[in-house]
Amino acid sequence: MNGAADPARRDFLARLGGAAATLALAPGLTLMAGPAEAKASGGRRWGLLIDLTRCASGCEGCVKACGEENGWAGAGRPATDAQWIRKVTVKDRKSGASAGLPVLCQHCAEPPCVDVCPTGASFKRADGVVLVDKHICIGCRYCMMACPFGARSFVHEDVTDQKPHAPRGKGTVESCTLCVHRIDKGGQPACVEACAKEGGAMIFGDLNDPQGALGKALARGLAARLRPDLALGQGVLYRGL
Amino acid sequence: MRLVAAFGAVAAGLIALVAVLAQAADGRVPLPKPAKATAGTQCVEPAAEMRRNHMVHLEHQRDETLREGIRGKKHSLRDCVSCHAAPDPKAGGQATARPFCDACHAYAAVTIDCFGCHATKPEAGRAR
Repeated sequence: MNGAADPARRDFLARLGGAAATLALAPGLTLMAGPAEAKASGGRRWGLLIDLTRCASGCEGCVKACGEENGWAGAGRPATDAQWIRKVTVKDRKSGASAGLPVLCQHCAEPPCVDVCPTGASFKRADGVVLVDKHICIGCRYCMMACPFGARSFVHEDVTDQKPHAPRGKGTVESCTLCVHRIDKGGQPACVEACAKEGGAMIFGDLNDPQGALGKALARGLAARLRPDLALGQGVLYRGL
Repeated sequence: MRLVAAFGAVAAGLIALVAVLAQAADGRVPLPKPAKATAGTQCVEPAAEMRRNHMVHLEHQRDETLREGIRGKKHSLRDCVSCHAAPDPKAGGQATARPFCDACHAYAAVTIDCFGCHATKPEAGRAR
């Protein structure tokens, strides 16, 4: 193919490349459909900033909201119960100062859970959300061992009455989905919504958009990732740790 | 005389056997009768297409939704459940998709595991 495409061909390509290009081959048969449905975009990178100075130590609002939204609730068996988000208390031994931080899937740019998955069930979407494809998860739990944050859970028991937007079943691994069913429709994760009513410590948004809510919040002061030595490029950042 | 009696017994046995075989040939496993969809709803594809290819449509859309975040297309399991829920004796009479889905799958000896993870009950206020 030579560099100078002839004008007719360029015209044709320009018409094809239009955002809503639809090429009708025959009545009722189209080659390209318009963007009727939004797609997870590679230009975006969803992330979360958690401001620990605003996160009250006894508050479990985000944990409760996540459980209700996604239909996971403790059966009173802490060793095996699923936990998509939890409050971890960290304490400085010398000064005695402590903070409670919500720990959830950190939605890494370089997720170790994806690296170790033998079936490709653990994957990262174009917009940075790390998910489990339970259709092909074999429940080997390698990802649980690989995750430095203990963010994933294995479903040990039969599950009934799941939420239609959050399928979960025995024998598969699961974790925070960043409420993809909400953010794909332009909403916010359930934890962020609940937190706004409590202390407003969580800010959700696009890490690639400096003008967005998250971009502006990040510009206001330094925020750090957990375990920066691992260089995983998490989408979840903490301030005040 | 004894020979005649024995012959009679054998003949009777044979007739009985033929009768049993004839019954087996007639009494085939009954064709499945899946529960009717909610009145006033229209399926996303013609019935013949759905009978043969519903699994292809579902699998295609499942990958698009999960991996690419494309939502709101017409071949979703949620929409199947919302129209095809019917009173389910196994769920205490609550409406689930099982009476509809299980009817043919039992007949064809197909074991699906959709409902190991996915909700079987329709969402409130989601009918097409």
